[in-house]
Amino acid sequence: MTTLRYAYYPGCSGLGTSKEYDMSTRAVCEALGMELIDIPDWNCCGSSPAHTVDDRLAGALSARNLVQAGDIEGVDAIITPCPSCLANLKTSRHRLQKPEFRAEVNKLLERPVHGDILPVKSVLQVIVEDVGMEELRYRVRNPLKDMSIAPYYGCIMNRPPKIMEFDSQENPMALDNILEALGATVAPFNLKVECCGASFGVARRDIVERLSGKLLNLAAENKAQAMVTACPLCQMNLDARQNQINVANSTNHVMPIFYFTQLIGLALGFSQSQMGLEKLVVSPRELLAGAAG
Amino acid sequence: MKIGVFICHCGSNIAGTVDVAKVAEMAKSLPEVAFASDTMYACSEPGQEGIINAIKEKGLDGAVVASCTPRMHGPTFMRTVARAGLNPYMFEMANIREHVSWIGKDKEANTAKALDLVRMAVAKLARNKPLFAKSFAINKRVLVLGGGVAGIQAALDCADGGLEVVLVEKTTTIGGKMAKLDKTFPTVDCSCCILGPKMVDVAQHPNITLYASAEVDEINGYVGNFQVKVRKKPTYVDWKLCTGCGACLEKCPSKKSPDLFNEFVGTTTAINIPFPQAIPKKASIDAGSCIKFKTGKCGVCAKVCPVKAINYEMEPEIVTEEVGAVIAATGYDLMDWTVYEQYGGGRYKDVITSLQYERLLSASGPTGGHIKRPSDGKEPKTVVFIQCVGSRDKSVGRPYCSGFCCMYTAKQAILTKDHIPDSESYVFYMDIRAPGKMYDEFTRRAMEEYGAKYVRGRVSMVYPSGGRYVVRGVDTLAGTQVEVEADLVVLAVGAEGAAGAAHLAEKLRISYDSYGFYMESHPKLKPVETNTAGVYVAGCVQGPKDIPTSVAQGSAAAAKVLALFSKDQLQSDPQVSSVDLKRCVGCMKCAMTCPFGAIKEQEVRGEIKAQVIETMCQGCGLCTATCPQGAIQLQHFTDNQILAEINTLLESELEETQG
Repeated sequence: MTTLRYAYYPGCSGLGTSKEYDMSTRAVCEALGMELIDIPDWNCCGSSPAHTVDDRLAGALSARNLVQAGDIEGVDAIITPCPSCLANLKTSRHRLQKPEFRAEVNKLLERPVHGDILPVKSVLQVIVEDVGMEELRYRVRNPLKDMSIAPYYGCIMNRPPKIMEFDSQENPMALDNILEALGATVAPFNLKVECCGASFGVARRDIVERLSGKLLNLAAENKAQAMVTACPLCQMNLDARQNQINVANSTNHVMPIFYFTQLIGLALGFSQSQMGLEKLVVSPRELLAGAAG
Repeated sequence: MKIGVFICHCGSNIAGTVDVAKVAEMAKSLPEVAFASDTMYACSEPGQEGIINAIKEKGLDGAVVASCTPRMHGPTFMRTVARAGLNPYMFEMANIREHVSWIGKDKEANTAKALDLVRMAVAKLARNKPLFAKSFAINKRVLVLGGGVAGIQAALDCADGGLEVVLVEKTTTIGGKMAKLDKTFPTVDCSCCILGPKMVDVAQHPNITLYASAEVDEINGYVGNFQVKVRKKPTYVDWKLCTGCGACLEKCPSKKSPDLFNEFVGTTTAINIPFPQAIPKKASIDAGSCIKFKTGKCGVCAKVCPVKAINYEMEPEIVTEEVGAVIAATGYDLMDWTVYEQYGGGRYKDVITSLQYERLLSASGPTGGHIKRPSDGKEPKTVVFIQCVGSRDKSVGRPYCSGFCCMYTAKQAILTKDHIPDSESYVFYMDIRAPGKMYDEFTRRAMEEYGAKYVRGRVSMVYPSGGRYVVRGVDTLAGTQVEVEADLVVLAVGAEGAAGAAHLAEKLRISYDSYGFYMESHPKLKPVETNTAGVYVAGCVQGPKDIPTSVAQGSAAAAKVLALFSKDQLQSDPQVSSVDLKRCVGCMKCAMTCPFGAIKEQEVRGEIKAQVIETMCQGCGLCTATCPQGAIQLQHFTDNQILAEINTLLESELEETQG
């Protein structure tokens, strides 16, 4: 079997709030025969602030990462677990196709952008497209039996469709299909691509409490025992703020919020600590004990 | 030969970017040109008189008019030349408007190109020969395709005008979309009550032959003489015997057949008569869901049929009909709205199309006219209508307005209040488009008298929650987000060409657009003609339109056919192929390439030669290109004429290379 090789962009949150996403991604990718090579000396993608201030500056931050990735030999794509980084990298790559924008950005860069740029994809996309569900199903050792999980994609994973070019922007199925391959029950969940409140958790907590509260309510209503996400910010709002949400809305949710890579890892046979499950705020221990028993 | 050249200004259309006086001046030096001038509007009465006077005074043998496309005025000037006493084919047209002045702003380059085109036209005209049309007899029968209201109207008008009509309908009954509607706007008439009598007239008219459950396999021939192969699809019931008593429907044990007439709301029996007013009122079997066809056992309908009309062995039957004209009235279908994943993409049972809602409203529908949710049969109290689903939406490749949705949505909101007085209706709209007699008044009534709440804005998503549906959208007038909890969501789905429209258009040899709608000959002045002589369109086959417009087009197409058939003979186009017997070696390659079967063998003094059947030749020129001897030539477009044009165009280049 040929090894799949990718330039890997962990993103800042992968070093902090979503360390367990990064850990589980690296472990799962290795187990699935994917080689990840960190982009040397990568920098922040600009996150939310950069592009709201100056699109050229935002373009330059991402462009530097794209140029650095060009140094890695034998890779066909840059991959990142974080949808926000993904959106920034893909948007910059898209805009850099225009010579005028490229010239503006190149003025800001020590190493300017030349020629073709590697395509940027999410870890989710390459697991679906390059590894495939058949292979994943084949490698499952501990099927996630008797677990009903709501797939939540977040609002930017597939939007805008012309730039993201993966899955449906209204009814994506990638996580649904992965859950199904892992042997879990997919709970009906029709707010797949709704906003969780994103970074408003800092400035206007009430907005996150309302929007994320709605997501938790629907998951619970549809008898989901947990939710799965692919986004560090969604995960943080739903998990770390779950108590705040409960207080604000007078609810009692105890809903573990997994990264999809953690669930793949568990099904492939990794231990709970290898998947960083102890880092989750709402503990999944009871759920996992119940499922194992 | 003495040739006259007339350069048209077309106001400023041509003269704005072409130096027409210079072109006329330079044309005077061309060989065989005896007269040249420029004229303000060549097609106007004084313009045409000028051409006639020049021909008469200068004793000209032919005329070149440099103006617009020959599609526009070719026939006009041929008549002008004929009025001056010349053969109409002693005329050539150079298109210096669409091909020159409208596409470039560089006056110098345009003037040079205009002159080139004039030179080519002169070179060709110098080799033109007088041609004479022949007359041929026509078959005064007409084929109407599609038994919706447009086709019904066309068939009845033709039949009343004394013509024999063959009406072919794909489904087992005529009536089309109109028969599925509960009421019509803006009068709130019962749709089937006003259509029903017309349907009965079709059945009873002595001049109309109706083939229901039939499709056209093949159409050959030309205006006045078409041969049509009609495929009668097996209904497994002998319609000559069937009385429409309905005994078979009552006893049929297979109740899970998809209900096409009711837009798949609920199911029906495998042997079925679609609705009480169906014409013909005959039963037919859906072989796909019939137990007898699937397992070989059952046969209940055959046992209960009092006239022994059931025939499980029925085969398709091909009938050949000869007609002189065709009216295509095959209507529309709804676009596949399941691309709207944000509205559930078809996964939610209570998100339905407005055509399905019509069936819920109709007394002959699956719920007997009681509005019930498909999911649980409960009466909805809050109904949300979403307009422009697949209309005016480039993101799904449907940039056009379907035209009738604003009106029927207002009608459905009114009817909802009539059926369920304590209900609430919301209508999400982009703009209200109600241009028609009493139309805007009607939408106001829906709002003001019936209390329908109109929200100007798009719906971003619909999702189920607690047995109801959350409809989230924007109110752009209030500048806020809106969420409505609905029991039932009705989508005003846009129209597109009927399924199979493209395929049929190719059989008819007419053009269609990327949405499956047929192209009329001229968008303003020839709305029911097509570019194929003898083929007409009526109703939604040409584009979405409401009932009165469809009926008007049905009548218009019928009037066109009646006018065509008012003569006993038609003139054939003399621009057809002809064989030079001295050159023909009888290889018959031309006959093999001819797509119209217009070439046959003949024996001349013991030798095989090709012969063109002039009434069948369409003048495509394939045979001319095929003939290894150059023996078969398309009149008016002979090799010599085309080569003369090319040589003239390349004259200057040739001189250069020859030094």
